Amino acid sequence: MPVKVHIPTPLRKLTHDEEIVSVTAATVGGAIAELQSRYPGIQERLTDETGRVRRFINVYVNEEDIRFLQDQETALPDGAEMTIMAATAGG
Amino acid sequence: MEKHAGFMKALKCRECGREYPLTANHVCEFDFGPLEVVYDYERIKETLTRAAIQSRPKSMWRFRELLPVAGDPTVGLEVGCTPLIRADRLARRLGIRELWIKNDTVNYPTLSFKDRVVSVALSRARELGFTTVACASTGNLANSVAANAAAAGLKAYVFIPADLEQGKVLNSLIYGATVVGIKGHYDEVNRLCAEIAGKYPWAFVNVNMRPYYAEGSKSMGFEIVEQLGWRIPAHTVVCMASGSLLTKIHKSYQEAIKLGLAPEAAYRVHGAQATGCSPISTAQKAGLDFFKPVKPNTIAKSLAIGTPADGFYALKVMKETNGRADDVTDDQIRDGIKLLAECEGIFAETAGGVTVGVAKKLIASGAIPADDAAVLCITGNGLKTLDAVAGHAGSTREIKPSLREFESLLDAETRTLARA
Repeated sequence: MPVKVHIPTPLRKLTHDEEIVSVTAATVGGAIAELQSRYPGIQERLTDETGRVRRFINVYVNEEDIRFLQDQETALPDGAEMTIMAATAGG
Repeated sequence: MEKHAGFMKALKCRECGREYPLTANHVCEFDFGPLEVVYDYERIKETLTRAAIQSRPKSMWRFRELLPVAGDPTVGLEVGCTPLIRADRLARRLGIRELWIKNDTVNYPTLSFKDRVVSVALSRARELGFTTVACASTGNLANSVAANAAAAGLKAYVFIPADLEQGKVLNSLIYGATVVGIKGHYDEVNRLCAEIAGKYPWAFVNVNMRPYYAEGSKSMGFEIVEQLGWRIPAHTVVCMASGSLLTKIHKSYQEAIKLGLAPEAAYRVHGAQATGCSPISTAQKAGLDFFKPVKPNTIAKSLAIGTPADGFYALKVMKETNGRADDVTDDQIRDGIKLLAECEGIFAETAGGVTVGVAKKLIASGAIPADDAAVLCITGNGLKTLDAVAGHAGSTREIKPSLREFESLLDAETRTLARA
């Protein structure tokens, strides 16, 4: 089963307004690479020059922040949901 | 785009500097960095003088040029100008020469510093045409949004962790707001709100309105500067949840210098957290410029943000000003609340206990030198978090309505004191 990735509003121009896209990658890092191959330009928006997820982006796998899991190595089990969100809210 | 934007010029990404129009938007499209209001300081300089400020009504809006609304504010006109108290008795207990309490436990109308940010956010929300306002909150913000929205005739939805103190929950319900309790931590509440904000045309004060909202905190710093006789204190201790207040206190001092309201002076801004939720202080103590998110577990629920949105910038401010961070346990928080109450007659909520407890540690360690002056920012009222101190503040002595019983009670107390 594929993994559903929730795309935040600022990136939907790149995904042709798709809010949810399916990927088959096995990890978060793999999913970002797969998104890049389908939507060129999305990777530089998600990761910084060192390849890490930008500091003002939170990524969740099945509702858990990947920083509590294995960051970009976090596995994406079948049917998982991966959510990308802006981090600058609240407080 | 509005024809007149007041003293605002644009929204600007703090990370990459890209500029955006002054709409309800908090995120840079390119790198997701936070947006911040850019002002026309040259124009502000023409009108915002010490004399002009002192001639205006006693509210936070006396610093109106530096608060991001286009026209005249319409919500929260009485907010701010809370007392700055010279706290000599507490100073002696903590071992410092000069100590001041900026007392936002009596801010109007909901007894916390959040009235400052909400006043700005709702005034701006109205300008942008919103009729429904909302927030993700650890309690104080919910109270303030609910009350100020009621007074302004706006519909309010407030989202809180379901396990908040009863006082804070009731303090939102009473104003007729729709209060949604989320089964989860604040960080989960916040995440849900970011999703809701993307879907509904509401002014979420700390999501899409955040660039305006956060600026309201500066008023606390401007008032400190004015109340100290137009000078910046050598040390300011600020509690940290998202870290936003600390960054805005720093910004207010910078703006006061830039506009000639206060002479340039070295100052340090110190951050206070609860040990049970200390992502920022842990990072600061380890010398890092990034933090690791945590799952909160503390009685200081108003500070229980495990993924602080302004954590990076709070760390930067402390680094730049040579400030320090520390954290205190639940017992030390209660001790801090009692110490402030017994010395100065001010009953603060748990966040105030955190600030006092951390100030005590920083003074004891010499990070704040004993012969210096410090201001403690006390942000919320203890009547809202009675649960936290219930059973820890002693108990009433019950007697029959008899003079004899009272005198034997007094006698027993005198003997206890003599033994002590």
